[in-house]
Amino acid sequence: MVIEWLTAFALLAGSVFMLIAALGVLRMPDLLTRMHATTKAGVLGAGLTMVAVAVHFGTEPVIAKAVAVIAFLLLTAPVAAHAIGRAGYFMGVPLWENTQVDELKGRYDEKTHTLASSDEGESAESDGPAREG
Amino acid sequence: MVLQFAIVVSYLLLSLALLLGFIRLIRGPSLPDRVVALELLASLTVGFIAVSVVASGRAPFLDVAMVLALTAFLAALGFARYLEKGGHRIGD
Repeated sequence: MVIEWLTAFALLAGSVFMLIAALGVLRMPDLLTRMHATTKAGVLGAGLTMVAVAVHFGTEPVIAKAVAVIAFLLLTAPVAAHAIGRAGYFMGVPLWENTQVDELKGRYDEKTHTLASSDEGESAESDGPAREG
Repeated sequence: MVLQFAIVVSYLLLSLALLLGFIRLIRGPSLPDRVVALELLASLTVGFIAVSVVASGRAPFLDVAMVLALTAFLAALGFARYLEKGGHRIGD
């Protein structure tokens, strides 16, 4: 009985989180905010449904497989998001018009893929949105 | 009884999420947007398989979820590498 309730709760929570991820990928304004929605909420939703599977069966092979899937999702989602975000930035995908800070702008050479971090004696610690591009 | 209700509602929510992700996949203004939508669709399908495993009681379907997560990751990395090295830039 408790196991049934736990399985139902995990299934519903995972589905709701994945629906939130899909809403975010549809409604967010630019590429990076869309990735912010889909990476975190999507992985959490898929992981919760896998937890539901593990709780529902409760045998060692199924739990091992579910844990393997969750670990794999947690390992690969940040790497894939980093790769896609990097490629999108280098392609010149436009940012949202209300973006406040773009730390890479003007410091990155798109031809040679090198980062010019400390030219012109610019103070690297200046935080705040008032930086001119 | 509770579990049956949860399974049906989860199928409905995941179908709605698939529909929303598919709209972004069609509309997405740039190619990275479409790659992100594709990755979300793969993640949603993993969730679908999990719900289907609970509903049908067939645990071996979990292998499908594992392989699907692996291929989605490899596809995302391949797309990212193609976008980065392919050299076509927006605004040139």
